[in-house]
Amino acid sequence: MYFSGIIGLSIFLFQDKELEESIQRGGEIYQDFCITCHQGAGEGVANTYPPLAGSDYLLTYREESIRGIKFGQQGELMVNGATYNNTMPSMGLEDEEIADVMNFILNSWGNASDEMVTTTVVESILEN
Amino acid sequence: MKNSIVCLYLIVVTLNFSCAQDAENQVNDPSEVPFTAELLIDGLQIPWGMAFLPDGSMLVTEKSGELIHFKDGKKTEVNNVPKVYQRGQGGLLDIELHPNYENNGWLYITYSSEEGENKGGNTALIRAKLTNNALTDIELLYKAGPNTTKGQHFGSRIVFDNEGYLYFSIGDRGNRDVNPQDIKRDGGKIYRLKDDGSIPGDNPFVNSNGAKTAVFSYGHRNPQGLAKHPETGQIWDNEHGPKGGDEINTLKKGANYGWPVITYGINYSGTPITDKTEMEGMEQPVHYWVPSIGPSGMAFVTTDNYGGWKGSVLVGSLAFQYLERLELNGNKVVNREKLMADIGRVRDVKQGPDGLIYVSVEGKGIYKLVPKGS
Repeated sequence: MYFSGIIGLSIFLFQDKELEESIQRGGEIYQDFCITCHQGAGEGVANTYPPLAGSDYLLTYREESIRGIKFGQQGELMVNGATYNNTMPSMGLEDEEIADVMNFILNSWGNASDEMVTTTVVESILEN
Repeated sequence: MKNSIVCLYLIVVTLNFSCAQDAENQVNDPSEVPFTAELLIDGLQIPWGMAFLPDGSMLVTEKSGELIHFKDGKKTEVNNVPKVYQRGQGGLLDIELHPNYENNGWLYITYSSEEGENKGGNTALIRAKLTNNALTDIELLYKAGPNTTKGQHFGSRIVFDNEGYLYFSIGDRGNRDVNPQDIKRDGGKIYRLKDDGSIPGDNPFVNSNGAKTAVFSYGHRNPQGLAKHPETGQIWDNEHGPKGGDEINTLKKGANYGWPVITYGINYSGTPITDKTEMEGMEQPVHYWVPSIGPSGMAFVTTDNYGGWKGSVLVGSLAFQYLERLELNGNKVVNREKLMADIGRVRDVKQGPDGLIYVSVEGKGIYKLVPKGS
């Protein structure tokens, strides 16, 4: 009991640390690739760039969000009741970088997600 | 009573005064416009740059790497286009014809390229000819270094001046504290070359030890608009600021435009970059935008096709999705107009050889502004 508790706790702490590091790397990716449109607090620009902070789309459609970052997306998108109609090109990020930036935007500006996005998850997502 | 009159007077004066101050940053919605926007080429993703061929057809670059030849209402993909470094803002960027294209056939193209040793990419300039729907005789005229995996600020626009010199821009490549103020490094510069890529003997830094001798001016952030002033022949640029601080500049040989030592913008996080907006030895912009409109593309109107537009400069807005017309009195902006409101992200604007204005819009295509009553 005692030992399994220790093991359980260390797995939990290890995952926590892994997520924390991924979020940190993701923050750097965000600075480089995302901030010019989605802005410093993930607020976006009204009518042009959808917000990430408190975004119902991001928090509900995780797979579509990853696909959008991985392959780019174009056309109408409904976020928090507003329709956006623009093009986000593929940023040419590696799968690991996509996982990192997903973990960052899922855990910033009030967003929170327990389930970490891994490189394996990103790899498994194919173009529509 | 007397007091309240004085009070009212003061309020009116103060209001007047403050209105006069921010008139510069006030964009007006015109009640009537002298054109109808006609979608000439549809189904484009990110039409980054465009050029007009003598036969009336057009070449359009798609950021993703395709070069489109639009002729007789049909789009054809041009073959043998160099591979672009697909990362962040990189891609197939601007395209421009040699002023003497009809006789020599040279096309100039900028794009993000992996050429060179380090991982990543940087902006390259090539010239090539269009033969049987393919790029041929490709010559690499400039490749900025070092390569980096940073996603931002490749520039890049191309323009020729009246003497036949070619100018093109490269942004700071996401290394603002290192590149823009150092003339020994690429990035954050406007470059000037001869049409064959060689360095003009009177470039400003040809005798500076270790300098990049192609540099014409420095201290730029990310210029994505370049145009020749129709009367003075001087080259003007527009460039992206960070959060606020987009600028229009008139380019002077060897001049320093200040980024990031002076700027009207702040960090995306809201923290200051510097407390200085001007400094001895650094140029002031003709105009700056706060908040940022995300300027891309630039064209002077030189015809009477659009009422009183002659002498105005047009700039695309990526962030607010419209075409801006800035009315000028010499080098001073006296009025700003919002055209094509909510059309989409405006990436490029050019005046065609037919004297009409062409506007490229992301997710849509190329619009032609057809003058009303024509």
